[in-house]
Amino acid sequence: MTAAPLDKPMPLSKTGLSHSAIFWIGFGAVMAVLIVAPLVLPEFWRRFLTEILIWGLLAMSSDLLIGYTGMVSFGHSAFFGLGMYGAAAALLIVSPPNLWLAILFGLAGAAGAALFVAYFSTRLRDIYFAITTLIFSQIFYVIIFTWTRVTGGENGLIFTRPHLTIPFIYNARFTTTTMHWFVLAVVTASYLILRRVTQSPFGMVLQSIRENEPRTRAIGYPVARYKMVSVMLSGLFAGLAGVLYAVQNEFAAPNFVYFLTSGDTVMYNVMGGIGTLVGPIVGAGFFQLARELLARFLGDQFPYLIPLGIIFIAMIIFLPQGLLGFARRWLNR
Amino acid sequence: MDAVAHFFHAIPFDLIVIQTVNGIVTGMILALIASGLTLIFGIMDVVNFAHGELFMLGAYVGVVVIAATGSFWLGLIASALIVAIFGAALQIVTLRPLIGRDPLNTILATFGISLVLQNYALWQFGPVSRKIPDPMSSHFTLFYLQYPWYRIVIAGLSAAIIGGFWLFLKYSKFGVWIRATAQDRVMAQAMGIPVPLVYTGVFAIGSAMAAASGVLFAPTTGVDHSMGLDWVLKAFIVVVVGGMGNLGGSIAAAIFVSLLESYAAIWLDPSQAVIVSFVVLILTLLFRPTGLFVPTPK
Repeated sequence: MTAAPLDKPMPLSKTGLSHSAIFWIGFGAVMAVLIVAPLVLPEFWRRFLTEILIWGLLAMSSDLLIGYTGMVSFGHSAFFGLGMYGAAAALLIVSPPNLWLAILFGLAGAAGAALFVAYFSTRLRDIYFAITTLIFSQIFYVIIFTWTRVTGGENGLIFTRPHLTIPFIYNARFTTTTMHWFVLAVVTASYLILRRVTQSPFGMVLQSIRENEPRTRAIGYPVARYKMVSVMLSGLFAGLAGVLYAVQNEFAAPNFVYFLTSGDTVMYNVMGGIGTLVGPIVGAGFFQLARELLARFLGDQFPYLIPLGIIFIAMIIFLPQGLLGFARRWLNR
Repeated sequence: MDAVAHFFHAIPFDLIVIQTVNGIVTGMILALIASGLTLIFGIMDVVNFAHGELFMLGAYVGVVVIAATGSFWLGLIASALIVAIFGAALQIVTLRPLIGRDPLNTILATFGISLVLQNYALWQFGPVSRKIPDPMSSHFTLFYLQYPWYRIVIAGLSAAIIGGFWLFLKYSKFGVWIRATAQDRVMAQAMGIPVPLVYTGVFAIGSAMAAASGVLFAPTTGVDHSMGLDWVLKAFIVVVVGGMGNLGGSIAAAIFVSLLESYAAIWLDPSQAVIVSFVVLILTLLFRPTGLFVPTPK
C-alpha cells in the first residue's frame, strides 16, 4: 500500500530539474496561456475555448473510468444531463438565482443518477458494463423527454444566468471573460483533485482493477465497492461539467442526455489519450476544433462525424494511445 | 362474485390476443438481430456496436433495390448479399488489425463504424423516413382488425432464417469450423482451420442476418437513419437478459421482452413501454445476472 517509490522525485537526465518541478512549470505555463487567452481572443473563440474546457471536464471524468478503472462508460450523458437539469431546477425554483445552489443541485442530480447506475452496472464487466450504462442513460433520456410537465420535454428549460457571487466579497454579472475564468478555475480544481485521487492508494486499487481484476479481488480488496465509488466519483465530475454547460448556455435540453453526448465523450478520451486526465481535454479540443473547421470549409450541412469517425477508427488501429499517449507514464508519475 | 366478473370483464381479451401476435412478430425480428449479435460476440469476442447500423443499412439497400426492380424478395436477397460483402470488407479493414488487442478496442472501433454509417445514411438519404410497400396485401380478420398476413410471414421467415442458420452451424463444414473456433481458437488453428477466414465469414453472416431483418421489418414502420440505435439497444438488452453468448437464450429473451412490451403498450404510451424492457434488464441484473434463460451456473 505504500506509495513511497512513486513520490520519489526522479531527476530528468539533462535538465537537472526534478520531475515534479518540470510538471508544475508546464502546468503553470498552460495555465498562464489559458488565463490570458480570453483577453486576447475574439468573442466567438472565447466561448469556444470555454466550451472545450467544459467538454474536457466531462471527458476527464469519464477517463477516471476508462483510463484508470478499465471500464468504458457509454452513459456519461446521463450524469452530464442530470447535472444540467439539476442546475436548471435550482435556477428556476430559487430566486434570485444562485450559482452555488445551482452547482449543489446539479451535483445532487448527478449523484442520484450515478448511484443508480453504479449500483446496477458494476455487477457486470467489460462490454456489459458499457451496454448497461448506455441503456441506463437512455432510461434517463426517455424520462426527461416524455415528462414534459417538469422537464419541458423536447424544448428543454430556459433560464437566466446567475450572478458570479463569492459570498460577502463579490457579486457581478458573468461576462464571457469571467465565465471563462470561472470555468477554468473549476476545471483546474477538478483536474488537481482527480490527479490526487488517481495517485492515492484508492487510485492505485482502481488501476490494479484495470490491470487484473481477479487478482485484486484475491488480494482482498472489495472490488465491487471500489468500482461503485469510482463510477460515482466520475458521475459527480460529469455532473459538474453539466452544471457549467447549463450556466454557460442558459438552457438545459434533452439532446445532451442522449447517447450521442456519451459517444462524443468516449471519442474525446480515445483521441486525446486515455489514462492521462489532460489527454481528454486535448482530445475535446481536437474534436471540437476539427468539427468547427470542417463546418467552416465544407458548410454547416456537411456531416462532420464521417471524417471524424474515420479518424477515430484510424486512431484506434494505429495510435491506440491517443495524442498524449506518449506522455502517459510521465504524467501519472 | 360480481367483483370477479367485473374484473374479468375489464381485461381486454381481444387486445391481449392482438398484442400477443404483435409481440411475437417483433420478437422474431428482434431474435434475428440478436442472434447475429450473439454469433459475432460468441465467436469473435467482438461486441458489434455497429450491428444496428448494419440493420439500418440493409433496410436502405432494400429500399433502393425494391425501387429499382419492384420486387420485394429480390430486394431482401440482394440486401443480405450486399451487406454481407460490406460486412466482410469492414471486418477485414477495421477489426482484423485489432485481433489480440484488448476487447475495449473493438468496442470503440465498432462504435466509430456505427457513427460513420449512421451519418452517411443521413447524408445520403436525408432525414425523411422511407417506406417500403407491403410485399403482400392480403389480410385476415382478427377481432375488429384487418391483420396483414405479411406480419405473420415476417415471423415465419425470421424463424426459418434462424432455423436454417442453426442447421448450417450443425451440419455444414463451415459451421463445424465456426463451432470449433468458438470452442478453442488456438486448437482450431492448429487443426488447420483458417481462423481469420472464419472470423470474416462469421461477421459477414451476422451482417447478412441484420440486413435481412432490416428489410423484413421495413414495411411495418419505415426506414430512417436512426432506426439502428433503438434496435441495437433492445438487442443488447435481449442478449444480457437471455444469457451472454447463448443463442437459444437470446431467442427466448427476444420473444419474452417483446411480448411484455406489447402488453405494456395496451396501457401505456408506446414511447413509455420501452421502460418495461429496461425494468426487465434491471431485475435480471439484480436477481440473475447470468441471464434468465440459461441453466444456473454451478
